[in-house]
Amino acid sequence: MSLVQVTDLSVEFGDLRAVDGLSFSLAQGAAVALVGESGSGKSTVASALLGLHRGTGARVGGSIEVAGVDVQEASDDELRRLRGAKAAMVFQDPLSSLDPYYAIGDQIAEVYRVHTRVSRRAARARAVEVLDRVGIPDAQRRSRSRPHEFSGGMRQRALIAMALACEPDLLIADEPTTALDVTVQAQILDLLHTLREETGMGLLLVTHDVGVAAESVDDVLVMRHGRVVEHGAIADVLGAPVQPYTRELLAAVPRVDAPRAAAAAGSEAAPGSEASESVVLEATGLRREFGRGKRAFTAVDDVSLAIRRGETLGVVGESGSGKTTLGRMLVGLLEPTAGEVRYEGHARVGVRPAVQMVFQDPVSSLNPRRSVGESIADPLRARGERDEKQIRGRVTELLERVGLEGAHYDRYPHEFSGGQRQRVGIARALAADPRVIVCDEPVSALDVTTQAQVVALLGELQRELGLALVFIAHDLAVVRQVSDRVAVMRRGRIVESGPADEVYDNPRDPYTKQLLAAVPALDPQVAARRRAERRELAAA
Amino acid sequence: MSGFGGFVLRRAVGTVVTLLAISVIVYVVFYATPGNVAQITCGPRCSPEQVHQVAQQLRLDDPLYVRYWQFLVGLVAGQDYSTGTSVEHCSAPCLGLSYQSDQQVMSIILTKLPVSLSLVLGAMVLWLVLGVGTGVLSAWRRGRFTERLLTALTLAGWATPVFVIGLVLMIVVCGELQLLPFPQYVNFTDDPEQWAWNLLLPWLSLALIEAAAFARMTRASMLETLAEDHIRTFRAYGVAERTIVGRHALRGALAPVIALNANNVGSAIGGAVLTETLFGLPGIGQELVHAVDVVDLPVVVGMVLVIGFFVVLANALADVLYALADRRVVLT
Repeated sequence: MSLVQVTDLSVEFGDLRAVDGLSFSLAQGAAVALVGESGSGKSTVASALLGLHRGTGARVGGSIEVAGVDVQEASDDELRRLRGAKAAMVFQDPLSSLDPYYAIGDQIAEVYRVHTRVSRRAARARAVEVLDRVGIPDAQRRSRSRPHEFSGGMRQRALIAMALACEPDLLIADEPTTALDVTVQAQILDLLHTLREETGMGLLLVTHDVGVAAESVDDVLVMRHGRVVEHGAIADVLGAPVQPYTRELLAAVPRVDAPRAAAAAGSEAAPGSEASESVVLEATGLRREFGRGKRAFTAVDDVSLAIRRGETLGVVGESGSGKTTLGRMLVGLLEPTAGEVRYEGHARVGVRPAVQMVFQDPVSSLNPRRSVGESIADPLRARGERDEKQIRGRVTELLERVGLEGAHYDRYPHEFSGGQRQRVGIARALAADPRVIVCDEPVSALDVTTQAQVVALLGELQRELGLALVFIAHDLAVVRQVSDRVAVMRRGRIVESGPADEVYDNPRDPYTKQLLAAVPALDPQVAARRRAERRELAAA
Repeated sequence: MSGFGGFVLRRAVGTVVTLLAISVIVYVVFYATPGNVAQITCGPRCSPEQVHQVAQQLRLDDPLYVRYWQFLVGLVAGQDYSTGTSVEHCSAPCLGLSYQSDQQVMSIILTKLPVSLSLVLGAMVLWLVLGVGTGVLSAWRRGRFTERLLTALTLAGWATPVFVIGLVLMIVVCGELQLLPFPQYVNFTDDPEQWAWNLLLPWLSLALIEAAAFARMTRASMLETLAEDHIRTFRAYGVAERTIVGRHALRGALAPVIALNANNVGSAIGGAVLTETLFGLPGIGQELVHAVDVVDLPVVVGMVLVIGFFVVLANALADVLYALADRRVVLT
């Protein structure tokens, strides 16, 4: 008997059919991934397995059987006994998924006591046991911490510990590593792998990241618009995709192990030996502290770098490495505590039109109450342009330049998709006729296919306008695909920098090596080999 | 400075500064008020000489800053007052003497304050129980009949003036049904049981209205918390809805309730005039209104300072509660 049997599942929210005619099964102890872009319905399937749509107004059709329980027909009590005990779920955002008011150990104990008749003390002991099992150091003491006292990776471990508490047959992991740094992601994926080896539980992994799936599962379902596009063994689907959509999706995934694809096309404008003399933006000895006295924290420490005309400098690092602080100092949004930023050889104070910024979150970096045209016009008005006709003309031109329509001037941000909003952000940066654009995680909020389009747009603009780009990102693969040169940041310092291919192919710094080893591989065999390597590294 | 001691010290300094600022404002406002204070104090049948004498005795002709300085001196060092026939010593902290009765303002406050505190603190217990209870229930039963009924009731409660509720309560409970005698204030120290029985109706009428605001706030806050991710986590782990609502959602929803409560308690101590008047409770609010009527500056200043003190105190307590409830909050 299979652990999960889903037949012709459909989920509707009002008029929206989020999942449509989906069927799959999962054998005892097997692992399957649901892969798709945002809005493909993959998370909805995960919730449906636990009957979480009950009472929400969503209409669920078809049949769902999980660990011998008919989820559609089960009573509320039967369903509660399934949740957590036989099938446990690990959520995406580990900070918001835990109650901020209670100690982590108490939360795990509470869940444990729902399903077992044990004393408070025994439940608490069980919580410490599972926390220890998922690798929380000093679990007894840390079990009394509240979620905000844990790091992102530890919180995710704590959520996995909660899932383990009742020894479920099935683990449902909904984007379990999306909010995490790449090295932490590798640790969590390895942990899931080990736990599965030891306990023999089944895994349903929901992810947008093909690499994460390749690392973790046997079978994969590629979803789009609520339907299954392709279904098969992971090695087959990734190695020889049959469906055009799967091929498109895989093509858009940036590869960390391949040299920059666009390098050849962009070579004329890219920094040849003759252009490399002309440094546009230069930072020397940049340092930035936050806070005072004992709480002082140095976000960026003695960073020097130069950006030449028409080139792309990739800045890569994990969260907290100081890359955003560095970017803001380059643009002039933050004043450095020490050191200086020179633009074309002159010391610069404050924000200059020539150095612009594209922000990470295209939703919150646009004012929702103003039309996108007005937002793009801001830099023009700031520069003193008053002629409305001129402004409108220029904005229309910019909108068309970034692949939108001039008629979009009067629309509001919520009418656009994520990728389109990021295009608006780019148009706004272009409005001031900059020479340098600092892009802070410009594509990290986007799906891979959209990501590829935005990256292509940036490359195009760079070639046409001779722009210098500083591309800040945590995603090593994306950075490799866009950068001429790369700087790797850790704890506020640049640990390694150089031409992109050199840094990626022959990393010298141990931290760079560690980062590269943590990137999920698209080939399951490579993934298995890397996992073994990581184990050795960890053991050493 | 850090930790709890630092917090208390900073708040204490802040309180003193706030209260001084309040007193300055009250002095300036009164100085700018039209009308002859001496005439009002003396009474309509006073001769111009008598009025002049009163003005001199009360030092009404001194410039503003001199009078304010005298007030500060009295506050810190105490003050001797001549009441025409005798000299009365008012020891520090001295808020002055009433223009009207020559009584020390401090002793007036000390007789009125217990009444106001009895009324407000008792009513607070009621409005919290009623308001938070109603709010939780309507969030839990969202979209069902229970919620609609509760929403209608809270709206009605909110929209009804306190004197209507109070009058109706009095007419029905005391008049028609004769369950209770018409309320009359009894000191807690004299007879606690009678104190409670006599305050029951004032408590109810004040609490019913406040409870409506708390119910709405709690409901909104609960709905927000119930939509959060960690609530979904507990649902996905089979925790019963009752536990989720009572344990996880309620705690998250309490922060704005604590803040609202602090403001309401603080301001009700001086602001429950209607309730006090309706039930004949000799509290701070009533006294303040009377003092404003007769331009009794020392009493007004004293009362306002007491009210200000309780508002600040209630907010500081709220911050402490807030930090106890949520360990992420750092007291500053």
